Amino acid sequence: MSGYRLPAGGRIDRAAPLDFTFDGRAYRGFAGDNLASALVASGQMLFGRSFKYHRPRGILGMGTEEPNALVTVDRGATAPGWGRATPNLRAPSVALYQGLNAQSQNRFPSLRFDLGAVNDRLGALFPAGFYNKTFMWPRSAWEKLYEPAIRRMAGLGASPTTRDPDHYDATYAHCEVLVVGGGLAGIEAALSAAQDGGRVILIDEQDELGGGALADRALWGELADKTMALRRLGNVTVLTRTTAFGYYHQNFVGAVEQLTDHLAPEQAKGARERLWRIRAGEVVLAQGAIERPLVFDGNDVPGVMLSSAGRTLAVRYGVAVGRAVAVMAVHDSGWRDAMAMKAAGVGVVAVIDLRSDVAPDLVAAARAAGIALHLGHAVTSVSGRHGVSGVTFAANGTGHAQQLAVDALLMAGGWTPTVHLWSHAKGSLRWDADWGAYLPDVAQENCRAVGAGAGAWDMGSGLALGTLPGPKPIWQTKAFVDFQNDVKARDIDLAVREGMRSIEHIKRYTTNGMATDQGKTSNLNGLQIASGSLAKPVTDIGLTTFRPPYTPQTFGALMGHHKDALFQPIRKTVIDGWAADHGAVFENVAQWRRARYFPQGSEDMHAAVARECLAVRERVGMFDASTLGKIEVVGPDAAEFLNRMYTNPWKALQPGRCRYGLLLREDGFITDDGVSARLAPDRFHLTTTTGGAARVLAMMEDYLQTEWSDLDVWLTSTTEQWAVIAVQGPLARAVIAPLVEGIDLSPSAFPHMAIREGRICGVPTRLFRVSFTGELGFEVNVPAEHGRMVWQAIHAAGQAHGITPYGTETMHVLRAEKGYVIVGQDTDGTLTPDDAGMAWAVGTKKPDFVGKRSLSRPDMAAPGRKQLVGLLTEDPQDVLEEGAQIVADPDQPVPMTMLGHVTSSYHSATLGRSIAMAVIADGRARDGQVIHVPMPGRTIRARVTASTVFYDPEGSRLDV
Amino acid sequence: MLLIHCPYCEEDRPEVEFVYGGEAHIARPLDPAALSDEDWEHYLYIRRNPRGRHHERWRHTHGCGRFFNAVRDTVSDRFEQTYKAGEPRR
Repeated sequence: MSGYRLPAGGRIDRAAPLDFTFDGRAYRGFAGDNLASALVASGQMLFGRSFKYHRPRGILGMGTEEPNALVTVDRGATAPGWGRATPNLRAPSVALYQGLNAQSQNRFPSLRFDLGAVNDRLGALFPAGFYNKTFMWPRSAWEKLYEPAIRRMAGLGASPTTRDPDHYDATYAHCEVLVVGGGLAGIEAALSAAQDGGRVILIDEQDELGGGALADRALWGELADKTMALRRLGNVTVLTRTTAFGYYHQNFVGAVEQLTDHLAPEQAKGARERLWRIRAGEVVLAQGAIERPLVFDGNDVPGVMLSSAGRTLAVRYGVAVGRAVAVMAVHDSGWRDAMAMKAAGVGVVAVIDLRSDVAPDLVAAARAAGIALHLGHAVTSVSGRHGVSGVTFAANGTGHAQQLAVDALLMAGGWTPTVHLWSHAKGSLRWDADWGAYLPDVAQENCRAVGAGAGAWDMGSGLALGTLPGPKPIWQTKAFVDFQNDVKARDIDLAVREGMRSIEHIKRYTTNGMATDQGKTSNLNGLQIASGSLAKPVTDIGLTTFRPPYTPQTFGALMGHHKDALFQPIRKTVIDGWAADHGAVFENVAQWRRARYFPQGSEDMHAAVARECLAVRERVGMFDASTLGKIEVVGPDAAEFLNRMYTNPWKALQPGRCRYGLLLREDGFITDDGVSARLAPDRFHLTTTTGGAARVLAMMEDYLQTEWSDLDVWLTSTTEQWAVIAVQGPLARAVIAPLVEGIDLSPSAFPHMAIREGRICGVPTRLFRVSFTGELGFEVNVPAEHGRMVWQAIHAAGQAHGITPYGTETMHVLRAEKGYVIVGQDTDGTLTPDDAGMAWAVGTKKPDFVGKRSLSRPDMAAPGRKQLVGLLTEDPQDVLEEGAQIVADPDQPVPMTMLGHVTSSYHSATLGRSIAMAVIADGRARDGQVIHVPMPGRTIRARVTASTVFYDPEGSRLDV
Repeated sequence: MLLIHCPYCEEDRPEVEFVYGGEAHIARPLDPAALSDEDWEHYLYIRRNPRGRHHERWRHTHGCGRFFNAVRDTVSDRFEQTYKAGEPRR
């Protein structure tokens, strides 16, 4: 009926029993067990339901190749909202610990009785290309009907909804030789590499070294000796429970070490996993080989598994997979497994082999062990649904059918060398007919493969088949190739008949090899079946590409420490603390945290921004503008350099004066802007947008280093050296006057767009008279270390004038009232200066500047370009949505003709109505026209204004 | 993670210190106004995109800050050599 624990044997510790639960039921295993071995030992053969057809499934393999037995392990909640449930773990890779709590997946209401299994009866409705063919139309049904249904029925474990309380470590390592795979071949490679005295790292995914040797008693002595020898070497680092998941350029290997998942939660201390980034002089791949299943009707019934799995259970874990076990072999290794199991006490009753000619020593040994032999026969079907109750087999699969009562059937279909990492590193492969598989050929990196993974291990000989011969045509069988994605032999055959030729197309059409196991057990069988259907050699069909990760890894391990506060740096100005103390609500701008508004009492954003705006217009406000990008441009050719970079002329700018600069890319589109000042003939203080600072500096460096290296100019980022306090409003001069020394603030001595150097509050300042609000304004630049002191001094001095701190939201409204653009909000990398209404900023008389030539390309002046214009909604209280699309005719059937979109939109307290900016095709020619903004449930009408200046168009408030 | 040799620092440093800068040896025309629309388009947009040896620019942004040129094989991603900006094509 099912598996049981053998009275003796295995590498488990029978003195250390461990209690655990599976689907809420209590079980007992031993230290050294994994979840799969402990469950099979307890007679549990049913592990899960298959992906598409919800067929009952048991384990197939005892390693990372396992496609069926995916479980969710719940390590318990640490607090409400926090949890440690991990879905889709392969049961053979889950180490047993006291109290382990595992659940099966993809079943409802229970594993034994699953409603979804109706899909299996309807199998004919789910052929290859099913998704492509079926859920085509109507499109709206995707969202509401098809996708939710598919997600519920198909699929793996549930994604956790709680937060992960664990932390994850990360480290770098460097070594002369990295060996991946700790079987005997890998251990020998590490021992040999260590002779040279260099640093050697040996990685293995299991909890003890040994690989395949752990399932071979005859090798245990040698394994113990060599493992001991390794431990004695000071220059060898052995990492067990560690998976090398990806092999990247220049011998860079990523690996994840499991640190605590094998321990009971209360014993787990420290990080859960550690990501290793290893750079190695040489990489030795000793990844071994994975056994191939055989493809025949009913090969997925629980209790049908790989021969190597039966052997591993018996020899390593002391578990018999059944009372009466048969082996279906096309490869010698099945015979060796049968004898090893028999020696371990398993009731192996028969070996069935499709080959008539099997090595005489194997035949003699099996016969001597009392095993019935059926040479030249093949299994044609399996009885039982939740477990094997018998098999039918026949001569060459088509002859007289015979029955055999067994409760487990093992498949020995030959071996596939594990070439995943080899392929990650772009090593080439060659087809090997003896192995019936691809083997490593030429490496691109300093890398070699050894052992079974290189084809250099004696696994015996055998056949490499697509399907076992059988009495039924392929389309009548339920013979599975990809167990995890529920792909049958007939699906691959159908894909070929429907015109797929390349294995890449067959793979995507059938989903063969596309599951989380990446086809570890299905790729080669799929190739062989396609080869048969196409009547072409396997080597003509191609091989799909292996990509990292080798096995699924946690997001936590890949993310490491880069989460929460460490996800990305938050830049704070020196005034940030004051803003926080004064109740600012913050927003993130690029990597900066900026005060958005300063609510008072129970004010919401709307009320706070209205109050702040009116204060600036009527009295005076102060704003932390420290995040502005700043570049000091110095050198005898500084003016010439800026003249070439910016659209407008710079050479005639007098020291002490400022200029608005517009920066294009070479393709003619606006990329940045800012007000810059000339301090001296050879010195400029540039400002850039907050988000563009690094980009602008890199662009300028590029031109300076590679195009105009003859110019004598030096660029230095000074963004963080200066704190900038904007004091804006009719009373701005009165506020700062008592604090400033050495600068004549009178309008005639210090006009708009000028800069003066002097002192404020006793510290040096570069004082700009500039305005991004349309009011009289100053931008006080002081060395950053004095920024907060000066801010507080201005705030104190401003109390008599009703000074009001304001944030970015008010700054946005005030500048929009004046039609000042924000590059990156009102422009999107496709606007020329003319598109943005800033043709005035282009020095057309200059012979050249970055982007100039592009402005005269025909498309740049063609009609129909989107232009930046103003929008006034007909209902003045309607505030348009930024990003909303604009149409001329709201009655046009979908898809409508889009004219453009809203770029900026606010309620203006000053104007008592909403204002907006938008980019609209031929926008300026539409002055006065009504356009429409369709929104969910209604359409908003608005009138185009060619000018974007909504307030004080003559600029009379600036020059006072 | 590529290792890239900076010809100014004379060190192999990890890829994260560098920023890619597109195809190398495309000089900005000395007098753009003299170019036809087609020639200007060619300068702006048309790139070789070869399979194999590719001359390309990199900048050691988080290091010395210098732009330099490299020959990289686009199939294997292997760097053949790197050399300073202004040196002739290799």
